[in-house]
Amino acid sequence: MGEVIKVGMADLKVCAYPDSLTTLGLGSCVGIALYDKVTRITGLAHIMLPDSTRMTNNQNIAKFADTGIEETIRLMLLKGANKRRLVAKIAGGADMFNMGAAKKSMIRIGESNIAAVKENLKKQGIPILAEDVGLNYGRTVIIQSENGAFIIKSVGKPIKEI
Amino acid sequence: MAKLSLDELSSMQYDVLREIGNIGAGNAATALSKLINSKVDMKVPKVLLLGFSELASHMGAEETPVVGIFLSLSGDIDGMMLFVLDLHSARLLVNSLLVNMGVPPMIAGEDFNEMHLSALNEIGNIITGAYLSALSDLTRLNIVESVPALQVDMAGAILDLPAIAFGEIGDKVLFIETTFNEESNINGYFILVPELESYDVILNSLGLG
Repeated sequence: MGEVIKVGMADLKVCAYPDSLTTLGLGSCVGIALYDKVTRITGLAHIMLPDSTRMTNNQNIAKFADTGIEETIRLMLLKGANKRRLVAKIAGGADMFNMGAAKKSMIRIGESNIAAVKENLKKQGIPILAEDVGLNYGRTVIIQSENGAFIIKSVGKPIKEI
Repeated sequence: MAKLSLDELSSMQYDVLREIGNIGAGNAATALSKLINSKVDMKVPKVLLLGFSELASHMGAEETPVVGIFLSLSGDIDGMMLFVLDLHSARLLVNSLLVNMGVPPMIAGEDFNEMHLSALNEIGNIITGAYLSALSDLTRLNIVESVPALQVDMAGAILDLPAIAFGEIGDKVLFIETTFNEESNINGYFILVPELESYDVILNSLGLG
C-alpha cells in the first residue's frame, strides 16, 4: 500500500503508483481526478471557481477549473504520462443548501463549476469516464493510482466507487 | 472612500469588526437563553484571517459532520451568514426546545429526523435574526436576510460557500468567529461574510471608513 496524499482546497497534486490522492469535504467545489492507466500517473485538482479569466486576483492557478486542469495535465506529462491516454473522473459541485432557486450567482456556484470543468476537459480532449456531481451533499474523494478507482464517501451514505 | 484590503486591516478595523461580532452574538446569546430557558454566555469574538486549508481544520476536521444554517444578506450590505453547530450542541438545543412538548429527547449519536431539523431551523432563524438585528441597529443599515437553509454535512463542504466567496478576491477568508461558553455546553460559530465592498459600507456607517 502506498501513501495517501492530501490535496487541500484550491490545491492540486500528482502522484505515481502505489500512492493515492485524496481531498476531503467537497461541497460546491469540484474534484477532478485524471489518470493514465499505462504509466499509472495520477492527478487530482480541487477547484473552487469556474474561470480564471474573469478574476483579477488569479495567481493561485489551482483555484480555477481552467488553469487547475491545465496545470494538473502539465505536471502529469512532466512525470511521464501521455496526454492521449488521460481520462477523467469528477465529483462535487453540490448545491449544499438547496439554494438552486436563488437568483444570486454566488450560491449557484456548484452548477457553474461542473459546467466549467466539463467544458475544459472537452477542450483538452480528455473523456469523462464517470461522475458523481450536483445534489446537496458533501463528498470526500480518493483516486487510486493502482487501478484508477475513484472512491466517494458522503455522510450517511454507502461508500461508492466509480 | 477607504478601500479595505484583506492583508492590510488596521488594528482599529479589527477592533470594529470584533465589536460587531460582540454585539451581534451578545444579542443572539440572549435570544438563545430565552429559547432554552438557561443561561448562555459567549466568549470574546475573534476576527480571523485564514488560508483555505486552515479554515475547515480550524473548526475540527474537514470530514466532521456539523449543522450549518445559511442565510444570504442583501439590502445595504451584501453577503452571507453561516451559523455552525457541532452535533452534540445541536442535539442539546433540540432537546431543550422539544422537551416541553412531550417529545422524547435525542440520545448521543441519534440522527436528526424531520421534526428535529425543523426545530433546529427555527432555532437558527431566531439566533441569526437576533445577531443581524443587533448589527442593523448598530450600523443603522438595512439588512435583509433570506429564509435560512439548514444542512447537516461535513464541515469542509458546509464551509465551501464562504470560502468560495472569498476565493473570488483572494486566497484568505476573513470572518468574525463567536463561540458560546463551554459552561453552556453549546459550541457554535457565527461566520459573517460581508462582500468586500460591504465591509467599507459597515465601517463607513460607523464613521470609520
